[in-house]
Amino acid sequence: MYVAVKGGEAAILATHDLIAEARRGDQSVPELSVAQIREQMGLACARVMNEGSLYDLDLAALALKQAQGDAIEAAFLMRAYRTTLPRFGSSEPVDTAMMAIRRRVSATYKDLPGGQVLGPTYDYTHRLFDFALMDTPDVMVGLDPTISGQGTSSTNASGDARVKPEHDARALDATMPRVPDILGAEGLMEAEVPIEGDPRPFDLTREPISFPAERDVRLQAMARGDEGFLLGLGYSVQRGFGGNHPFVGEIRVGEVSVEFVPEELGFAVDLGDLTLTECQMVNQFAGSKDVAPQFTRGYGLSFGHSERKAMSMSLVDRALKAREFGEAADYPAQQDEFVLYHSDNVEAAGFVEHLKLPHYVDFQGELELIRRIRREREQRAASEQETLPEAAE
Amino acid sequence: MTEKTLRQQWMATLARASRNEIEALLGEPPAHEVLKAPETGTVMVEGRAGGAGRRFNLGEATMTRCVVRLGDGTMGFSYALGRDARKARLAAIIDARLQGAEPVEQLRQGVHELAARQAATRDLASRKAAATKVDFFTLVRGA
Repeated sequence: MYVAVKGGEAAILATHDLIAEARRGDQSVPELSVAQIREQMGLACARVMNEGSLYDLDLAALALKQAQGDAIEAAFLMRAYRTTLPRFGSSEPVDTAMMAIRRRVSATYKDLPGGQVLGPTYDYTHRLFDFALMDTPDVMVGLDPTISGQGTSSTNASGDARVKPEHDARALDATMPRVPDILGAEGLMEAEVPIEGDPRPFDLTREPISFPAERDVRLQAMARGDEGFLLGLGYSVQRGFGGNHPFVGEIRVGEVSVEFVPEELGFAVDLGDLTLTECQMVNQFAGSKDVAPQFTRGYGLSFGHSERKAMSMSLVDRALKAREFGEAADYPAQQDEFVLYHSDNVEAAGFVEHLKLPHYVDFQGELELIRRIRREREQRAASEQETLPEAAE
Repeated sequence: MTEKTLRQQWMATLARASRNEIEALLGEPPAHEVLKAPETGTVMVEGRAGGAGRRFNLGEATMTRCVVRLGDGTMGFSYALGRDARKARLAAIIDARLQGAEPVEQLRQGVHELAARQAATRDLASRKAAATKVDFFTLVRGA
């Protein structure tokens, strides 16, 4: 039990000053601007938007600055701010097939319509430090990849000689089919179709969740869930704690427009673009007497460029379908109550970290209890000592 | 997807424009009445499982809306992601003027150019991505 305490105002004000000083660090070093964080720490901003469940790059950057880069504290700031805003409504479901692709890869199809587009990725880097980035001005930007490097000896930031791009830099196809839909056309893939009547989804920010949780609840919870927690669970599935053999059907990253139908206009208005990451995980089959074996799917969708998050989500999404496929739900990643109750890092951090707040009354109670138990134990021992010799006689 | 009306197209262009671009486009704002002051709130962004299946709530995004009325009674609306109140008001004025009876050829042209710039930016990003297109080939084992 947590009992409110009073007092300590002066100390608390002083700690606010001290945290501001700690946050600023050495004053001889220039202060970071929010725009710098937004532009140069984009992947951290994406994580804060996902776990804060609010898409706003400037606010995510501000949250990171204010929280000294603590992603969970920053997500907490986003959640708190969100509660102060009115909600105007829900968007039309975003259409990821219409995404302006920046990256799109498949581990299942080598030659897929539209092609494999590596985009900006660390996947094929050597994970060696680029010391040129350390305090050397103007080395952040590489060469324009649309310019052919043939015949030039120019080098990029990490000193590699440029090779000619393998393709002419024409724009990508305007629409690229989602990979599972290709398998779906052959009937080899579990279909993903809207449910009867295409109803509005459940909203866990408005209503308490109950179990077993439906797919819409699970996906919403995971979309705002902790990346590390979902990564661990996804990894556990791969290692055998829930047996699905997964393949990345497709990962795509890019910009998707968001449409909203205001009541006063009655037609869809395009609000602008969101950067989204989508992962379609293809898993081994399920079939039954009535249904021929099919590949099954796991789905992940997240704000910003956040592949690890989308991949982890899609692994756990598939694992959580255990009930639907009549699989035994023996492992944590397959148990919706376990996953959904523990994936929210703002709730988890709140409950874990509240332990450091004053629990004096609570602890006094425990202290009294343990002293009494010990006292009684000593008294019992003492009285047994007295009675023992008599019994021996 | 249904074909977009002209108005839906210019509203989409204005939503994607920066405040500076909107200011430059409108110039000196005409007399107007603010019917609904710029207000920032959120829109719950929905996705679909698997891309085309059951709807679910992905998370919210900030958005700002505004409604104005010009002297001739034309109402203008703006809705855009983000929290820029001034952009919202000026974009609503542009929306009203583009619907009005007065000749607004210059404004129409300006929106057109803005849309072209946005398309060029998208095209450049797409070409940069295309430069990273890759042909993996499988090596035959034991051959």
